[in-house]
Amino acid sequence: MDATAIIDIVRPRVPDATLEAEASIDLPTIRVSRAHLPEVCRVLRDAPALDFAFLAELTAVDRLPREPRFEVIYHLACLGESGPPRADAVQPRTPKRLRLKAAVPGSDPRIGTVSALWPSAGWPEREVWDLFGILFDGHPDLRRILMPDDWDGHPLRKDHPVQVSRRTRTTEPLQVSQAEFLANIAASRAQRSPDLPGSGDDPDGEEER
Amino acid sequence: MSDELEIPVLTTSVEKMVQWARRSSIWPVTFGLACCAIEMMAMSASRYDIARFGAEVFRGSPRQSDLMIVAGRLSRKMAPVLRRVYDQMPEPKWVISMGACASVGGVFDNYALVQGVDQVVPVDVFVPGCPPRPESLIYGIVLLQRKIDRQRM
Repeated sequence: MDATAIIDIVRPRVPDATLEAEASIDLPTIRVSRAHLPEVCRVLRDAPALDFAFLAELTAVDRLPREPRFEVIYHLACLGESGPPRADAVQPRTPKRLRLKAAVPGSDPRIGTVSALWPSAGWPEREVWDLFGILFDGHPDLRRILMPDDWDGHPLRKDHPVQVSRRTRTTEPLQVSQAEFLANIAASRAQRSPDLPGSGDDPDGEEER
Repeated sequence: MSDELEIPVLTTSVEKMVQWARRSSIWPVTFGLACCAIEMMAMSASRYDIARFGAEVFRGSPRQSDLMIVAGRLSRKMAPVLRRVYDQMPEPKWVISMGACASVGGVFDNYALVQGVDQVVPVDVFVPGCPPRPESLIYGIVLLQRKIDRQRM
């Protein structure tokens, strides 16, 4: 199934979206407008004739200094007969692949998440946030995944330096606060069996005689 | 005529005994990070076999080991973990930095990797290579054994 055939199926269902077939040699490629991307993805997954149940790859490109600056790239696959069973499947289920590209401007680097449609998008979207700084609206847990949590900057942006000399952190932050630490000690003291010495409150040391 | 039993006794200094014991039974802790770990495994396998040098077994726990061979790239995120494992090893302990990445950052001069693990732990022997051949790493261990021989109690 080539890109124009896919667009013909999607366009009536999402009339506002801008869908253009792009020339490519390896996969059928469709350029989608950023605002409609989640809806287009839902149609691609749910339409029986399309059945793109598998998100194979989610990544981004920084095209600085060209505008729009970022492109978020999705690789979708229909697994055909090996795909999840569905009651409204169109026979024969042929396996097919598709690439989606969505342009994201550098001044407003955000796009809707597809992690509600394909749970496998969860971590790749975290990776794109970490390395490119593109926010995914609606992502349940958008935080850094490869770089340390306190890192400044997004390394795969073209204006981020490659060689960075920074002091290497050799300690980890404490996992408990002082109050929690003392509370833990008090709780374990209270849990000790009452028959053992030292389990009750004995400030004057009377039990020790 | 006195019939004296000859008891074979070897006299030496305590220091030499301790040094011999320490260098002949260096047990590493598993700290393979990247590709160098494969060569470290090759070194411990039958062809190159560091067991004949005393490194009988790689301990899983740092509390039971003397040597940490940092085999591979150390990322900035991993540096606190490396320090923690090193701190958990009891004295006496030694560190071998295996390979170019562990020694100086290797070919990866970038934001993600520590440019030499000696920024995090004190290193006794640096073994160059990408990866070092098992014989190179064995030579590194032999050099460490000689270093231990020179250590005073």
